[in-house]
Amino acid sequence: MSLSVELRHHFPAIDIAIAFSAPSPGVTVLFGPSGSGKSTVIAAAAGLLRADSCRIVIDGAVLADTRSGIWLPPERRRVGLVFQDSRLFPHMSVRNNLVFGMRRTAERHIDFDEVVELLGIRALLARRPHTLSGGERQRVSIGRALLRQPQVLLMDEPLASLDAARKAEILPYLARLKTILRLPVLYVTHSLDELVQLADSVVLIEAGAVVAAGPVAAISARADLPLAQRDDAGAMLICRVAAHDAARQLTRLSCGAATLWVPQADLPEGNDVRVRIPAREVILARGDVASLGDALSLHNVLPGTVRAIAADPGHRAALVEVALGEGAVLSRVTPDAIARLALAAGTPVLALIKSMSVEVLGGA
Amino acid sequence: MPVAILTAWVLARCRFPGRSVLNALAHLPLVLPPVVTGWLLLVLFGVRGPFGALLNDWFGIRLVFTTAGATLACAVMVFPVMVRAVRLSLEAADPGLEQAARTLGAGRLDRLINITLPLASPGILVGAIVAYATCLGEFGAVITFAASIPGQTQTLPLAIYAALQVPGGEAKAAQLSAVSFTLALIGLLASEWAGRRLHAALGR
Repeated sequence: MSLSVELRHHFPAIDIAIAFSAPSPGVTVLFGPSGSGKSTVIAAAAGLLRADSCRIVIDGAVLADTRSGIWLPPERRRVGLVFQDSRLFPHMSVRNNLVFGMRRTAERHIDFDEVVELLGIRALLARRPHTLSGGERQRVSIGRALLRQPQVLLMDEPLASLDAARKAEILPYLARLKTILRLPVLYVTHSLDELVQLADSVVLIEAGAVVAAGPVAAISARADLPLAQRDDAGAMLICRVAAHDAARQLTRLSCGAATLWVPQADLPEGNDVRVRIPAREVILARGDVASLGDALSLHNVLPGTVRAIAADPGHRAALVEVALGEGAVLSRVTPDAIARLALAAGTPVLALIKSMSVEVLGGA
Repeated sequence: MPVAILTAWVLARCRFPGRSVLNALAHLPLVLPPVVTGWLLLVLFGVRGPFGALLNDWFGIRLVFTTAGATLACAVMVFPVMVRAVRLSLEAADPGLEQAARTLGAGRLDRLINITLPLASPGILVGAIVAYATCLGEFGAVITFAASIPGQTQTLPLAIYAALQVPGGEAKAAQLSAVSFTLALIGLLASEWAGRRLHAALGR
């Protein structure tokens, strides 16, 4: 089960040639700067933009294939589209907005009450859109798209027009949605926050082309991608909550072969959790750190191998990708440190990570 | 009215060769001297005219010098007013909402009925009220096409004009003018009020 997109389109300002496939179910984040062609993908998938050449297939159903002349109009595709500017119908109540798409399809795999509960919008049903706050409006808009009973959910920068507080209000709803939905989600954003919270896989897009695509953990740990050059660069790991140590107020996470100790987290044991380790917080060492033992405040000393080193001129630094068995972490160090430790691809190193530096982001 | 809405929609949303010709045709009654419009109607819908003859033969409807004829003349005269008002509000309606409706499974007609027209309703209503008020004052086209038969095709200005032609008719003319003044004012106030109500309902 998957979603595959192949797209070519000529705009006066940019030529777009994008192809990728996305897992289903799962959230695929299309990430890149404004004007790079992310929204074009969404518009073509929804059928609102007739691309010069494109082929879009969801779980075996062909929505568009210009080579064989197939082009379903938007009203005949079962796609749920969430716009940046919620686009609720002003002359209808929230309830009538929600059921607008549902009334126009016979399919019923997503339940009205479930969606209303999940998004916390029951109290809003009788209200008119103009009386809602920006965050409420966007939640209703997500509900409306879901109740269309779509085969794919398309979200075009759904949080971009909201302030930080409203974003923080909606993100948990989205995170919850993604664990329940059994469908592919394409999510366009240029916010790293949304990417790390929601993405299962990532398609990096720049200037109309795919720079890299793959699972979020793999992409976020690549030293050679533009993502790694950001101030807030950092690798993500998907870990399992192994045990809580109430006496020491710590939680042990197991990430493949590696073990991470973090401040005690309020998460059930056995659950998967996503964590993020900022590159600038990771210290690299060669030699016998373990001998320092209890003389060190550090909890996490992870053995690994340098997989790649890339320059980071913006920070007068270098980025080192350290493979740890299954996952990998990214470390931003000075070029001087690279020279002193004689680091090169293949060098065994230890990645030292303070517990306090590990960002535990919630359910995976 | 439906014809005006349809024309307005075509002018607002469709791009096709001949669009400016249609636009010009729709606005013709606004610029033509009303007497010419009346004469054209007479030519087309007169008992011997191409449409008039058909109506007369098939349905036994005679438009010339009848109330129905006066109504037709009025309708043609206010058509541009109506089209303008509706077109402006259709153009003001956010096409993004129609896109949203499309992705939610609404076809063309469905969108027109459930999204576009409700959004344009303030303009349609205001257009209708202004058209009604203008109709009451219609003079040239009506007198040419439907004459001025008291109780049948005599509009207010026609009656006022007739009163003024009769010696000692000034009092009657004054009364009728007062009626005309009141109706016009009520029409304008009503359109203002209704427009505001609808805007409030649409949340603007």
